[in-house]
This record gives sequence, structure tokens and C-alpha cells, in this order.
Amino acid sequence: MVNKEKINQITEERKRWEKTTLQEWMGQRPERKRQLHNISGIQMKRLYTPEDLKDSDYLRDFGFPGEYPFLRGLHATMYRGRLWTMRQFAGYGTAEQTNQRFKYLLKEGETGLSIAFDYPTIRGYDSDHPLAMGEVGICGVAVSSLKDFEILFDGISLDNVTTSMTINGPAAMLLAMYVALGDKQAVPRSKLGGTTQNDMLKEFHAQKLMILPPKPSVKLVTDIVEYCTYNLPKWNPISISGYHIREAGANAVQELAFTLYDGIAYVEAALERGLRVDAFAPRLSFFFAAHNDLFEEIAKFRAARRLWARIIKERFKAKNPRSMWMRMHVQTAGFTLTAQQPLNNVTRVTLQSLAAVLGGTQSLHTNSYDEALCLPSEEAVRVALRTQQIIAHESGTPNTIDPLGGSYYVEALTNQMEERALAYFEEIDNLGGVYEAIEKGFFQREIADSAYKYQCEVDAGDRTIVGVNDYCIEEEECPIKLFRIDPKVEEQHLARLRKVKRERDNSKVKQLLDRLHDEVEKDKNLMPTIIEAVKAYATLGEICDVLREVYGEYKEVIVI
Amino acid sequence: MEKKIRVLVAKPGLDSHDRGAKIIARAFRDAGMEVIYTGLRQTPQQIVETALQEDVDALGLSILSGAHMTHLPKIMELMKEKGLDDVVVVAGGIIPPEDVPALKKIGIKEVFGPGASLEKIVNYVKDCVEKGRG
Repeated sequence: MVNKEKINQITEERKRWEKTTLQEWMGQRPERKRQLHNISGIQMKRLYTPEDLKDSDYLRDFGFPGEYPFLRGLHATMYRGRLWTMRQFAGYGTAEQTNQRFKYLLKEGETGLSIAFDYPTIRGYDSDHPLAMGEVGICGVAVSSLKDFEILFDGISLDNVTTSMTINGPAAMLLAMYVALGDKQAVPRSKLGGTTQNDMLKEFHAQKLMILPPKPSVKLVTDIVEYCTYNLPKWNPISISGYHIREAGANAVQELAFTLYDGIAYVEAALERGLRVDAFAPRLSFFFAAHNDLFEEIAKFRAARRLWARIIKERFKAKNPRSMWMRMHVQTAGFTLTAQQPLNNVTRVTLQSLAAVLGGTQSLHTNSYDEALCLPSEEAVRVALRTQQIIAHESGTPNTIDPLGGSYYVEALTNQMEERALAYFEEIDNLGGVYEAIEKGFFQREIADSAYKYQCEVDAGDRTIVGVNDYCIEEEECPIKLFRIDPKVEEQHLARLRKVKRERDNSKVKQLLDRLHDEVEKDKNLMPTIIEAVKAYATLGEICDVLREVYGEYKEVIVI
Repeated sequence: MEKKIRVLVAKPGLDSHDRGAKIIARAFRDAGMEVIYTGLRQTPQQIVETALQEDVDALGLSILSGAHMTHLPKIMELMKEKGLDDVVVVAGGIIPPEDVPALKKIGIKEVFGPGASLEKIVNYVKDCVEKGRG
């Protein structure tokens, strides 16, 4: 970026500065004792200068917003044109309660819906499964059949909202319900917009809410990609997720590397299915965490965007620039929330959101300050949403594109993130690829090692967490009102499920489930039959049971 | 030589947040204990059966699904049934402070919330087991 002669001059001057001004100053005022490396283990220098970018080429490595390699942003005007989507993840209790929360969030200015499902739903169990006891409607909303979905979206027209669904193992069933509901509302399928998380690989690395083994899981992921490519042009079939990898303990570099490596695996699976890269790649989306280290996170988002563009263009030879777009959703890191002095979490979430915005995200969820203690209350959810609105409308941050572009520090860190991610790619390649690495426990071990390292740094006081290992309050009173789920939810939900099973055409359900069984064995795309089955009110659990029967359930590789 | 402390780290409930469970398992191991980790989504029956089979001195339960008031009492009931009253049981995860008294009442010795230090947890378990051994 700067010519060689000039760089040499800067180097000489820096050395002079170190010997004179800096040395004199430090002689009297030594630097504070502090972490010399960030969470990813990258050494942080005292000062960054043009020397750190001497190998960068502006046109090759930075470019312009809306153009390859998209470092400076996906869109030509970024937030000057349109703000990011404020999408708050919500779901609890019964479908009726979550429907109310959705309407509340829409009224308060939210621009997209995001559904949290309860654990039984996520694991592909109906609410009447023995393992569901005590878990129905607790960590999300319970959905066992299309009936629940109809209530969930009562009064919300699917052509006016886009909906993100955090669902993986049973993604096909929930997408089928969305399609079925759209048909009922007479919304053309071409207009249905939203996202299914549908990222099974990260389940094996981190989230561990898988049902089937890795290969059948990815087969089902690819069914959805294929189905959406031909039928739901506005749907994002996968949200390739680093968030869970990070929350499980990975550092920023690992989050970046493992997520993009998974992305490559999905592209390869879709190509093997016979899809053209430019037909499906534009609809692949991503999901990352925003952790505490502001600049490390900003660098991660920017590196992710450039690296993905390069992979899609160079490795997969895409022609359509949209295929190279890494559209991302970011959520502030739940792990960083503290139960101690919980109001401090508002500040953490603010900084994390700022990282996401400075990193150029398309969509953002901000966590609520009470989430280390309980499910978020309505007040806490509102503060979380307001945090985004304050950044958007008061801070001035969105007024220029990629405000930190060209910062010696941020650009150097962005380069380092990309380099380290590529080194991980090579390591996983050498293990034989993603499936082999899963089998060998590679991802789990890497993640557990980082989690333990981080915790030991906190315990040793090398990493300060305000209110936890420093600046503590003795005998802290809980200052907030905790939100709880009414235990009656489970009973209400079960009653509805019983009614659905009683009133539907059971012979039709059986016939469709048999057909599905047959199609699983014949390796067909299962989406069309699953849509028919949910329309006949076959339940989530019944459909998942068919898959479990044929493919078997995955047995966790335990790594500690 | 003093017999090594045997501890079972278990995850009841359907949630899969195993970060804490794994960290604490390592910390117990690094403190010289013998550690058994159950893996995810164990039913109360499975957990108590493992505790019995493995003849453990302590049981650490990690749960973040919000269903602790369903699963933990069931586990404690089964522990009693199997005569495992002397096993030191501690819990951790997302457990609201107001639930802690009820959990202590059914025999859970201590509940460690987010932010509890590894040293504190390890020492607590060590002390309790050693006291029990007299």
C-alpha cells in the first residue's frame, strides 16, 4: 500500500522512536502488567504502523464495498443505505405465549423474527416423549405439529416478515411446516423468506444436538439446499454457524476456521448432488458470535468475509459475485454474560454489538443482561433491542462504510486471522477432511483445550472479568426479577398434541410415513414428502423416528 | 497411600452445553482425582446407575436447560433408594439463586453458579469427601 522506500523510512524512524521517546517515557512510567496476547493467542504489538501492511495491496486485498473481495462490506452503501436487521431470538412456553412475544418485538421495532425451540423439539421428540419431561417450553417454544406452528404465527402474515429458525436435526420438518403454513396463508412459495440454521456439522464439533450420524445428517442438509434452490428462492437453507463453536469454548481463529471449513463441506455436498455453485451459493448464510475483545472480533468478521469470497471464487470457480457474498448474522456471546452484577452485561453487549456493526454484519441479535441467571424477561429483551437502536441511531457508527478499514492494527489482525484459519484448513485436510476429523475428536479436543485455557486464565487472574474475579461485591443481592416458565405450559401443550393425534386422518399419516421410510431407503430428496406429512399433521417426533429407524442414532464421541 | 477421590461428572437434561462440565472434569483430574464423565443427555436412572457402578465419592451435576427442578430431585431420590446417601453431590449451570435452598434441602451440598472458580469447586468437593472419610 505504501512504497518500499517509504516503508524503510518508517522502519528507521520507528527504531529511532523506540530508542528515544519511548525508552525515556518507559524509564519513568513502565507499562501496566497485562495480557500480551488476545483470546486467539495472537501476540499484540504495542503499536501498529504501515510496516504491518507492507505486503497488502489495496486493490487486491481491500477493494471497494460491494465488490470482490468484499473486505470493506457486502453492499455498496452498507448501513448508509439500510441498517442491519435487528433480529431477536425468541421463544418460550406455549405457541400462544411466543406468538405474543413476536408481536411485542415487531411492535417495538424488530425487523425479523427468530424462533427458539425447546430441547425436545430440537432433538426431534414430541412433547409426550419420556425424555421431554420437565423440558417442554422451557428453553424455547414447543412445536410438535403444524397445529403449534399455526398458533405461533397467528396474525402474522408470512409475506410481511422473514423468519429465522434455530433448528438443525429436524430442520426439514420445521421448514416443511413453514411451507405448509405459507400455502395455508396463500403466500406464494417464491415469497417465503427466512433461514433454517440446518448446519449439522457444527453439531458434532460443538452444539451436540445431532440426531443422526454425520453423513446422513449432511444428506438431509443437502436435501434442503436442493429443495430451496428450486422452490424457495428467498430462503437461506443453511446458516453456517460459528456461534456454537465459539460458545463451546473455541477462540476466534478456531471459530473462523472451523465454520468456513464446514461451509466448504456443504458446498462440496451440493456440487456432488449436481447443483451448480452459482445456483445455490448466493443463499448460503453465516452466523458468528461477538465476544469481548473488540478488535479481535472486528478482524474476525472482516477476515471471514474476504476468505469466503476467495474460497468461492478461486476454489469453486463461481462467476456470480453474489455467490461470493458472505451474508452474516451475529449474536453477542452468551458465554460472556455474568451472573454477578448482571447490569454490567448491558455494557458487554453494547461493545460486542459495536464489534458486529464495525465488522459489517447483515443481522444482529443482542443478548439480554439477565441470561446468565434465567430466561430473559420482557424488560431485559427490550434493553437488548434498544442497545442496537442506540448504536444505529445515536452513535453515528453507520454513517460511513467500514470505518476501521485501513487501521494498521485492524488490517494486520484481519490478515493474521485469515492466515491462521488457512493453517487450520491444512491441518484438517491432513486429517482426511471434516468427517474424519469429527471421528477423531479433533474439533472437540481443540475446543475443549481452548475452553480450559481460557478458564484457567480467568481463575489465575490473568484475564480480568469485572465482577467475577475482580471488582466483586461481597454478598451480592440479585437485583433483577427472574423470569420463569409456568409449569402448566407442559400440560397445555400435551393436551393440544393429544387432540391433534385424535382428530387427524391417522391412516393418511401412516401411509405418508411409510412412503417416507421408503424414500429414505431409496436415498431420495425427502422434502416433498415431509411437506405432505406435516400437512397431514404427522408430528415432528413421528417423522424423526422414521429417520432414526433407518439411519440409527448418533453416539457421541466423548472427549474431555 | 490415601485412596484417590472418584468423581462422576454428569449431564442430566436435554441441553448440550457441556463446556462447563468438561472444564470441571479436567479440573478434578488435574487435582489428582479419578474422573468419569457421562456425556450428554443422561436420564436420572442412568446417572445414578453409573454412580453406583463406579463407586464414586462425589457427583457433579451440570444442567443449563432450565429443567433442574424436574431432574435433580429425581436423581436425589434414586441416590437415596440405592443407598448412595454418602456421595457428595454438587450442582452447577444456570440455576436461579432462588432455587438453591430447595436443592440443598433435598441433599445437594452446594450449587455453583456461573463464574465460580475451579479452585473453589475442587477444594469444596475435596474437603467434603475427606470429611466424610473422617
